[in-house]
Amino acid sequence: MTKPLVAIRSVAKNFGEFQALKSVSLDVWPGEVMCLIGASGSGKTTLLRCINQLATIDAGGIWLDGELLGVRQQSGRLHRLTEREIGRQRLKTGMVFQRFNLFPHKTALENITEGPLQVQGRKLDEVRTEALELLRRVGLSAKADWYPAQLSGGQQQRVAIARALAMKPMLMLFDEPTSALDPELVGEVLAVMKELARSGMTMMVVTHELGFAREVADRVVYMDQGAIVEQGRASDVLGAPREERTKAFLSAVI
Amino acid sequence: MKPAPALAEGFPDLSGMRIAREPHWFRWLSAALIILVLAAIARAFANGQIEWSYVSRFLTAKVILEGIVNTMVMAVLAMALGIVLGIVVAIMRLSPNPVLKTVAAGYTWLFRGTPLILQLLLWFNLALVFPTIGIPGLWSARAVDVMTPFLAALLGLGINQGAYTSEVMRAGMLSVDIGQYEAAQAIGMGRLRALRRIVLPQAMRVVIPPLGNEFIGMVKATSLASVIQYPELLHNAENIYYANSRVIELLIVAGLWYLLVVSILTPLQMLLERRFARGTLRLAR
Repeated sequence: MTKPLVAIRSVAKNFGEFQALKSVSLDVWPGEVMCLIGASGSGKTTLLRCINQLATIDAGGIWLDGELLGVRQQSGRLHRLTEREIGRQRLKTGMVFQRFNLFPHKTALENITEGPLQVQGRKLDEVRTEALELLRRVGLSAKADWYPAQLSGGQQQRVAIARALAMKPMLMLFDEPTSALDPELVGEVLAVMKELARSGMTMMVVTHELGFAREVADRVVYMDQGAIVEQGRASDVLGAPREERTKAFLSAVI
Repeated sequence: MKPAPALAEGFPDLSGMRIAREPHWFRWLSAALIILVLAAIARAFANGQIEWSYVSRFLTAKVILEGIVNTMVMAVLAMALGIVLGIVVAIMRLSPNPVLKTVAAGYTWLFRGTPLILQLLLWFNLALVFPTIGIPGLWSARAVDVMTPFLAALLGLGINQGAYTSEVMRAGMLSVDIGQYEAAQAIGMGRLRALRRIVLPQAMRVVIPPLGNEFIGMVKATSLASVIQYPELLHNAENIYYANSRVIELLIVAGLWYLLVVSILTPLQMLLERRFARGTLRLAR
C-alpha cells in the first residue's frame, strides 16, 4: 500500500491572537496535484509555509516522506531540530513564491546553480548542464546570462520554478505563483506548471486560477478561516460545491 | 455631428519654429560676484604673511611623503579592521541569540559614546594599566614594547570605526527584502550561508556610498593619531614647523595632500559602486 508523501495532522498555527490554522489534517499522495483555494487570510499560504518550515507550527505534526518535520520524538517529548537538519529536510521540497524572489545579483543560470553548487556541493559542469536543461524546459534557453531585472515577470517566475526544480525536490509548493503577474503573462507560467504536473511531480498549488485548478488538479481543497471546509475532485468542488461557504466563495470569484 | 477628418481652424502649425535661448541674467550676475569675492580672497592671501616658496618646497619633502604614506597605510588597515568588525557585529546584532545581540549593542554603545582621541590615548597608555601582557604560561611581553604608536592607532581607529560601520552594515542588511532570506532558506541554505551568498552582496550596493563617506572620514581621522606620536602626515608637518616656525605653510602643505587623496578616492568609489550594481541596471544588450 502506498503511503502519503505529506501527512498533516491536527496542525495549528497562531500569529499572536490570530489563528492562521486551526487543527488542519490532510494527506497528499505521490504524484497528486492539489490546488488550495480560498480567500486571503484563509490559511492556505500559511499551510504551505509550514510544510517548507518557513513558519513553525504551534501544534500537531507534519510528516514528509515518512519523516517528522522540524522536531524529533525522544522519551515522550518533542525536541526541535537544528538549523542544519531543517535545511536538509527543506531540500525535499521546492518552493515558488508569489513575488518570485530571484536573487537579483545573479543571472538566471546562476540563480538555478546556486543551490546545487553551494548547498549540495555538486560539480560545476554537471550542475550547469542540468541547469541549461531546466532553462530549456521552462522555455528560457536564450536568457541564461540575463539578470532578473532584464526579464519579464513571467520569465522570472519560470526561472524561479527552474531554480526550485534544480534541487530535485519530491514535492513542489507554489504560493500564488501567478498573482503578481500581468494578465498576459499568466499563461506562460501555468503552461510550465501543467507540463510539470504531467511529468508526475507532486504539487501543492495555492492559486486563484480556478481554470488551472479545473484542468490540472486531481483534488481541490477549499479553506476558510484556518480550516479545510471542503475537498474533493476539481469538478465536484468547483462544479457542484456542497458547503454554503464554498458556494459563496465561488460565486464571489467567478 | 462634425465631419471627423477636418481639424478646427485657429491653431497654427508650430513645427519648424525654434525655442529662443533664455538670457539667464541672474546666473551671469552671481558668477561675476563670486569671481570678485574669490579674487579678493586670493589677493589677501598673496599679500599676507605666507612664504609660498616654503609651501612648494615642502610639498614633496621626504618627511611629508613618508607622512602621507603612513596616513594611507593606517587609513586602509584601520578601515579594513573596522569593516570586518562592523560585519561581524551587524550579524550579531541581527541574530536571534539575545546574548550576541546585547554584546553587539554594548560594543556600539561604548565605542560610539566616547571621543576617538580619548580612545587613542587609552590604547597608547595601556601599559599604565597592564605593565605586562600575554597569554599565561605561553608568552608575555612588556606592554610598552607591544603597544607601539602604530598598534595603538590601528586598534583605536579600527575598533572605533567598527562601531560606526556595524550600523551602516545593519542598515544595508535590513534593506534586503525578507523574500531573499526565504528564497535562500527554501533552497536549503543556513542563516550564515544565506547572509554571505545572498544578503551581503545585495547589501553592499546600499552600503558603499556611506562606507566611502566613512573612509574619507577615516583618512582625516588618522591625523588624531599625531597625539600618540604616530608619524602620519599632520604629525610630520608639525615636527617640521616646530623646527622652522613656518606653521601656516606646513599646514597648507598637509591640507593640500589631504585634498588630493580625497579627490582620488571619489572616482574609486564610483568604480566599486558599479561593480556591486550588477543586475540592478538595465544594461543595454
